[in-house]
Amino acid sequence: MDSTKVTTSESVSKKKGKTKKLKQKIKTDEAPVQEMEQAEIEVTENKSESGACFPPTFSVSEIKNKQRRHAMFLKLKEEKRKAPPKEVPKTIENQRIYDETTVNPEDEEVAFDEGTDEFSAYFNRLTNPKVLITTSDRPRGRTVRFCEQLATMIPHAHVYYRRGLALKRVIPQCISRGFTYLMVINEDRKVPNGLVLCHLPDGPTAHFKVSSVRLRKEMKRRGKDPTEHVPEVILNNFTTRLGHSIGRMFAALFPHDPQFVGRQVATFHNQRDFIFFRFHRYIFKNEKKVGIQELGPRFTLKLRSLQKGTFDSKFGEYEWVHKRHEMDSSRRKFHL
Amino acid sequence: MQHDDVIWDLIGNKSFCSYKVKTKTQQFCRNEYNITGLCNRSSCPLANSQYATVREEKGLCYLYMKVIERAAFPARMWEKVKLDRNYAKALEQIDENLIYWPRFIRHKCKQRLTKITQYLIRIRKLTLKRQRKLVPLSRKVERREKRREEKALIAAQLENAIEKELLDRLKQGTYGDIYNFPIHAFDKAMEKQEEDTESEEEEEEDEEESGTREFVAEDEFEESDLSDFEDMNNLKGSSDEEEDDEEVSSEEEETEEELEEEKTKAKSKGKAPLKGPIRKKRAYVEIEYEQETEPAQKSKAT
Repeated sequence: MDSTKVTTSESVSKKKGKTKKLKQKIKTDEAPVQEMEQAEIEVTENKSESGACFPPTFSVSEIKNKQRRHAMFLKLKEEKRKAPPKEVPKTIENQRIYDETTVNPEDEEVAFDEGTDEFSAYFNRLTNPKVLITTSDRPRGRTVRFCEQLATMIPHAHVYYRRGLALKRVIPQCISRGFTYLMVINEDRKVPNGLVLCHLPDGPTAHFKVSSVRLRKEMKRRGKDPTEHVPEVILNNFTTRLGHSIGRMFAALFPHDPQFVGRQVATFHNQRDFIFFRFHRYIFKNEKKVGIQELGPRFTLKLRSLQKGTFDSKFGEYEWVHKRHEMDSSRRKFHL
Repeated sequence: MQHDDVIWDLIGNKSFCSYKVKTKTQQFCRNEYNITGLCNRSSCPLANSQYATVREEKGLCYLYMKVIERAAFPARMWEKVKLDRNYAKALEQIDENLIYWPRFIRHKCKQRLTKITQYLIRIRKLTLKRQRKLVPLSRKVERREKRREEKALIAAQLENAIEKELLDRLKQGTYGDIYNFPIHAFDKAMEKQEEDTESEEEEEEDEEESGTREFVAEDEFEESDLSDFEDMNNLKGSSDEEEDDEEVSSEEEETEEELEEEKTKAKSKGKAPLKGPIRKKRAYVEIEYEQETEPAQKSKAT
């Protein structure tokens, strides 16, 4: 009913120049009016489509012909409603400068390297991890407790008090006693701030900066102490070649077969070159939902250097060293 | 000649001595040739003509003796004797050089030699042990790192990532048969259910609308604050045309839903939003308006 009214009014107000066809019609006879209208609408539409290359200063209000103007306006409105698709927001991860050492999962060279590097013994199930945790000289209470908690989390870990011994002398003794990892937590002003992780039978040595250490009792809503079950390991976002080797280092800390009964998981998550470590207990509520509860200490690591061979700071061969002036200049470049 | 007493009187007690350091309980002498380090009448190198010290340079001990005849040439006043590295021999050398000298100075020189050799030994021992290397931290850099770490932590969304990973592992079946969630069956059932519900919903809508038509009419009258002539017309028109369009409605319902947007545009009078709730209940009416070609014909008919 509305449409009928509209059409009649429009037909009345049409321009004479355009109404050659309509002049012939009678007002009361609505059918031909409607037909003509539609024809005109189509014509106008065609015209507008064909004449899409309007001058840039064109605006809808300049069309004198009311009907055509109306049609154009509706068309514009429709185009506006079909708005451009929502843009993807820029994040630092999106804008990250592409690292050419990013590992392609099917890369054969990398696979070959990993089959023959120092961790191949572990990944081929020839050795079981055994970790020795110690500190720098004269550790304070916080560091000692941190070491103890680490030892409860990592199976087959032993804490030894460092009595001013030189690491270079400690390492052969460890090897002879069958340790696969040496972990030294460096302390500064009563707070742990560094970690040296040395894979023992002539494996690489990684030196990390440790920050944001939270001991168990400082954590909110934490669960009970971790049990003796072997936890699972999650390694996230280790994409580059360097990241891969570090990831393997972490993976080799834990025994091969996690005991799913224990429902514990240790996570090393890399984000923007910071490695976040968390230790959780999980429970599957149903197949779409899992609940996690944090136990255990948490800390963040930042890789400072990776050295081939066991710990030798003077004469060791460094695979990668963090050079602040070169590497920290860009906010979008990450190395792990 | 040097008047030791006069000198001491002046610098020790009455006047100023630039080497003197005064504390609450004691006075120290900062003169590098002072044998004990205290400011005393017998220890002052300026106020004693006969004076000797033992000093150490780069691991070697030297015996310095003051030659008062050369007091006018301070640069050449002190005579230097290199002492043996062997402690016992060095002691003998001191005795030999300071023969006939006051007991006090001899004794203090030997004491000083002892102390020096002891600390030299300790230095050598310590250098063999591990040395602590102090690395300076740049405060600006530390602050920057801390801030970046916080931002990275927020970006990491750790809990979500861990949960996602665990669920992925569950789906892949790494956990074996521990958890008896029948995942695949569930997914299939879900898909089937979705298809069923879609088809059902459409049918239900038809039934509902046909059934509740009457109730809706009353609601419309209550809700519409704008007592529009058009609305009234709509209602009237709809009542007239319901019978006509019943058969058409079921076929065109889907197209109707698709063309809902176009319908609002076609009606430029701004009544579209009002017609929203009404639209759903008045399926029959809508057909008339949505298709631009049809309404003209239908209105023509009426």
